[in-house]
Amino acid sequence: MMPEAVTDRGALPAALAEDEILAVRDLSIAFQTPAGRLAAVQDVSFTLRRGETLALVGESGSGKSVTSLGILRLTPRAPFCRITGQVLLRGRDGRVRDLVALPEEAMREVRGRDAAMVFQEPMTSLNPVHRVGEQVAEAIRFHEGLGRRAALTKAAELLELVGIPDPRRRLASYPHELSGGMRQRVMIAMALSCEPQLLIADEPTTALDVTIQAQILDLLRRLQERTRMAVIFITHNLGVVAEIADRVMVMYAGRVVEQAPVRPLFGAPLMPYTRGLLRSVPRLDLAGLGREKLAAIPGTVPDPLDPPPGCSFAPRCDHVEPGRCDAALPGLDLARPEHRVRCVRWAELAGGVA
Amino acid sequence: MSGASEAPIGLAAAPAAAPRPRRRDGALRRFLRHRLAAFGAGVITLMVLACAIGPYLLPFTDTEIDIMQRFAPPFSGPHLLGTDPLGRDILARLLMAGRISLSVGFSAMAISMVIGITVGLVAGYYRGWVGMVLMRFVDAMLCFPSIFLLLAISALIGPAVGSIIMLIAVTSWMEVARIVEAQIRALKARDFAVAAEALGASDARVMLRELLPNAIAPIVVAATLNVAHAILAESYVSFLGYGIQPPTPSWGNMLDNAQSYLTSAPWLAIIPGAAITLAVTSFNFIGDGLRDALDPRMGGR
Repeated sequence: MMPEAVTDRGALPAALAEDEILAVRDLSIAFQTPAGRLAAVQDVSFTLRRGETLALVGESGSGKSVTSLGILRLTPRAPFCRITGQVLLRGRDGRVRDLVALPEEAMREVRGRDAAMVFQEPMTSLNPVHRVGEQVAEAIRFHEGLGRRAALTKAAELLELVGIPDPRRRLASYPHELSGGMRQRVMIAMALSCEPQLLIADEPTTALDVTIQAQILDLLRRLQERTRMAVIFITHNLGVVAEIADRVMVMYAGRVVEQAPVRPLFGAPLMPYTRGLLRSVPRLDLAGLGREKLAAIPGTVPDPLDPPPGCSFAPRCDHVEPGRCDAALPGLDLARPEHRVRCVRWAELAGGVA
Repeated sequence: MSGASEAPIGLAAAPAAAPRPRRRDGALRRFLRHRLAAFGAGVITLMVLACAIGPYLLPFTDTEIDIMQRFAPPFSGPHLLGTDPLGRDILARLLMAGRISLSVGFSAMAISMVIGITVGLVAGYYRGWVGMVLMRFVDAMLCFPSIFLLLAISALIGPAVGSIIMLIAVTSWMEVARIVEAQIRALKARDFAVAAEALGASDARVMLRELLPNAIAPIVVAATLNVAHAILAESYVSFLGYGIQPPTPSWGNMLDNAQSYLTSAPWLAIIPGAAITLAVTSFNFIGDGLRDALDPRMGGR
């Protein structure tokens, strides 16, 4: 990173509205693989306000996890992976930084302090050889400069905050002595240790059983109300989306294909892919009737090394119109206020099929 | 550079961080159940104690010459293990030689571990050209016939205990580097390493605090085997006359002196030879035992 580039880019970040925490603009992430350049994420843009929850939805390989890792620059470094675009984050100190252009040193300070992350697998996200208390205290000490004892005291408070019974004793536990739900609570405690402005939760409930899922979702919501942090919630569980999100961004093959507040998206999805996703969810009101089969979307995500021309969903789409859909990449149109869709036929389809 | 200067800290911190109360009990139990390993540990403990205390308890020193008592066979007089061509007490020499040989073994191991762990950590953590260059360097080092290298260099720089230790260390760290590199590569992809990075941990911190303690089991095994290797290497070199120089005894140069008397006074060769064999096999047994005891897959047994 050249220092010129930082100051140059530094002029732009002023464009973050008062209550906005995060603005991602034209974020693209490409990996250098032996088989060639793999564009994992292309031209993703969105903003996130204080206290707001954005759900990132898509199937495996759609680029949702890479997007979240890319925001914190946790993808492999330069020669293997290139990140372009802008990620403007308002820090805890109120300053706006472009994370894409930030030097690694400064980026390290942002991680954990201004933005933190919770991962999918609570079983493997904690280091097996260190005690839980040390790990949480460590997270605090990175940024707060507290002493060991003070950090441990704060760690106990955090464990209590995330609903771990008998937190003082739990400090001395090793991760393998905790259940999955407890470990995920510890992960959340670590992520929240420095009161970040932005929490990225990468499928935090996927590995947990259903009752625990509900508890963790509830915990996240309560913590969010308390701290007013912005949350990016990555999931492929649409039930969870309905539960927790304010807005939804659907990704397919590395691009945003639909973006809307949660009600319009569930009520009147415009993109055929989103409709397919919604149809593939089991519905309680149709259960027992025996007629309704779950509608899976046929086919698989296209090979990212060899993407189809035009709309990347076209090969799997029921409404594909040869000559139009595979001609050129559709733009992300503003269909209604706050509702964007990437489909050449959305207007016709909204009239006819929806 | 920062990795190089911080590795000794990691080495000191790692064993402290690694034992977890529950697992250590299990591992210790498994280790002791491994008969040969327990035997090896016993032998090494005895050897270290004997070499440390023994010389003070003997009526003879290792350099005391008694021309009247030359070639006294073992168990035949005041000299328990007999005497050498100059009438020096073999037991006293054996124990003093043990001090040299064992400390060469341990020091060479420690230094080679520091080098190996540092190179392995850096190479495993930074894939790409840094890792490439380092690992190709390791391959290149492995291609040298290390015994000849050892002989050539020690002939060149003039042998002393310190230089022998350094020479053995710089020719025996490559295996450790390979082991650590493979471990770190695998561990780096684990979620907890990414999670630590997501909390703002620096590279050095992730390497030393998150990754290294998780790789401690194979490192400990390699360390034990390295001691055995270093003792052997010292013996080769001293036997060929390029190692520890008389009158300072080492197991290797005791063997060297015994060559001309193989038929007339075979104990001169048998006694230090047995000491080397016993020490080396014991360390190898310990290594085997540790490998079994620390293998996490054995945990469910």
